[in-house]
Amino acid sequence: MSEPVLSVTNVQVQFGGGSVRAVDTVSLEVGRGEVVALVGESGCGKTTLIRSIIGLEPLAAGSIAVEGRPVGRGRGLRALRRKVQMIFQDPTGALNPRHSIYEAVAEGLRIHKVKGHEPTLVAEALASAGLRPPERYLRRFPHELSGGQRQRVLIAAAMALGPTLLLADEPVASLDASIRGEILALMRSFVDTRGVSIVAVTHDLGLAWNIADRVAVMYLGRIVEVGPTEEVLRAPKHPYTQALLSVVPEIEGLEQQILTGETPDPSRMPSGCRFHPRCPLVASGEAERLGIVDRCRGVDLELEPEVGAHRVACHAVRA
Amino acid sequence: MSVLELQDLHVTYRSEGGPVPAVRGVSLSLERGDTVGLAGESGCGKSTIAAAVLRLLPKGTEVSGKVLLDGEDVYAMKPGRLRAVRWTSAAIVFQGALHSLNPVRRVGNQIEEAILLHTAVSPRAARTRTGELLVKVGLPADRAQRYPHQLSGGQRQRVLIALALACDPKVLIADEPTTALDVMVQAQVLALLEELQREQGLSLLFITHDLSVLTTTCERLAVMYAGRIVEQGPGREVFAQPHHPYTRALAAAFPTIGDPASRMNPAGLAGDPPDPSALPSGCPFHVRCAVATAECSSLDVGLRVAAPGRSAACVHVEAAHV
Repeated sequence: MSEPVLSVTNVQVQFGGGSVRAVDTVSLEVGRGEVVALVGESGCGKTTLIRSIIGLEPLAAGSIAVEGRPVGRGRGLRALRRKVQMIFQDPTGALNPRHSIYEAVAEGLRIHKVKGHEPTLVAEALASAGLRPPERYLRRFPHELSGGQRQRVLIAAAMALGPTLLLADEPVASLDASIRGEILALMRSFVDTRGVSIVAVTHDLGLAWNIADRVAVMYLGRIVEVGPTEEVLRAPKHPYTQALLSVVPEIEGLEQQILTGETPDPSRMPSGCRFHPRCPLVASGEAERLGIVDRCRGVDLELEPEVGAHRVACHAVRA
Repeated sequence: MSVLELQDLHVTYRSEGGPVPAVRGVSLSLERGDTVGLAGESGCGKSTIAAAVLRLLPKGTEVSGKVLLDGEDVYAMKPGRLRAVRWTSAAIVFQGALHSLNPVRRVGNQIEEAILLHTAVSPRAARTRTGELLVKVGLPADRAQRYPHQLSGGQRQRVLIALALACDPKVLIADEPTTALDVMVQAQVLALLEELQREQGLSLLFITHDLSVLTTTCERLAVMYAGRIVEQGPGREVFAQPHHPYTRALAAAFPTIGDPASRMNPAGLAGDPPDPSALPSGCPFHVRCAVATAECSSLDVGLRVAAPGRSAACVHVEAAHV
């Protein structure tokens, strides 16, 4: 792989003066033109992680580099924010209701002093995001567009700046089902035609299957399994990934493993493997039979193998 | 007799821009212990139906057709009778649990209030019953002392279900009960609804945009588009072998993980859900339909029998199945 577009190395993000480890020693590399889906439940730290990539959360430890340049504070941040663009879950909240669609796209061009004829750039950006003919949209306001069209405007505004990395936080979660596929196809088309990389934060495993090259599964601030989408979603190794997949209604013939409770409060991190209090292997006695239950309860662990495409952090996989 | 029956229901909202026909002739029946799913996108009229069943529509809304609860016409009820029927005959679990609970009152008090208003019991009995209800929906009884903001999204949704069950309704209408929840919590809530339905013989009308949720939960499924049912049949069959091109697109929108056809190939549908105040002519789906023919722009077809137990509102149905 050539130089990665994004390198996240042993990153920790803490809240409450260190009492909450929202992101706890996470490493992730994203190559050029690669789509990585970061999946997990609320509170697993996935959104905090991508916020830290654009410098919105200070790092307690570790480092983040975009195209080899470290993400820090101060002067480099503006250049970084042109290269790294965000797409949010709720396009309505992300657009200024008093700004026309033209303004919504032109604002970023002005902030980043993008060279070229502004009206042409705006029109091209809208057309490339499927808002054709662009003249029909320029003077409209967000409330005059549908949810899907608004998300296209935001994607157009992001892509107009020529980013190398798109960070998408649940990009289709608030859209109607029939619109979902169109927006995902649009995002994937920018990967294929312009070589942009995408990190998509989502709880939607179907999104990962639809557009992601790799999947990273997060639980309580850690990546617990990462690998090529086909492998992670068709042959998941971590019991948490297996449970997540088992409750996706589209998958038939898989016995549902509904985990009880919710993701624990990260201020009270369980000892050992942080998944062990909800782990089906521990609950069923399987971990006991494998003779690993003491390690599950007492020994923290990292992704294995250290080098490899499909990596997983589970004592049962090691056993 | 059906516990809930809609007969040719029409609902038209009044707005400054003129009448908005949100529901345009829906007939549907729910038998005791049945689960019926109602699927569709924003603006298709599914939530309007939920509100129409208990006469919760804004003043001035035009309603025609019939809503029968246990054979009794809801729109012919006197106010006192209507108040008695709400909660005790039918109750609704709304979407957005945060907004449906009073933020400045303990959740237990909110459940007690519903019990005291609708049944003749002592405050003490109401408190005991509240604790039982919370346990039934999988929450510790002491959660009654909490305020809504002290609970997680999943816990709040459980409180809303407890609230809806407070007066032992026969019919539970769940309007997007799992939409804002995490997948695992969603699975927990769905399992809870199924269990309640089995144990108490509840009849469930399950409304959602997520077709895939319905196929595993519902025996029967109705898909709505532009204020009408465009396809209905057994849940799994409708999802696996849709007859209406809209259902086909909706089913494809939820990829089957592991299916090579959807890998790196998200399936969508061009265009947007129609604006109920400006519906296209003919079949309202024709502007987005991949298989529309010339006649579709002028011919509006009703539901036709597509197979035993299956029907769909599409001109192609007859050609393919008779």
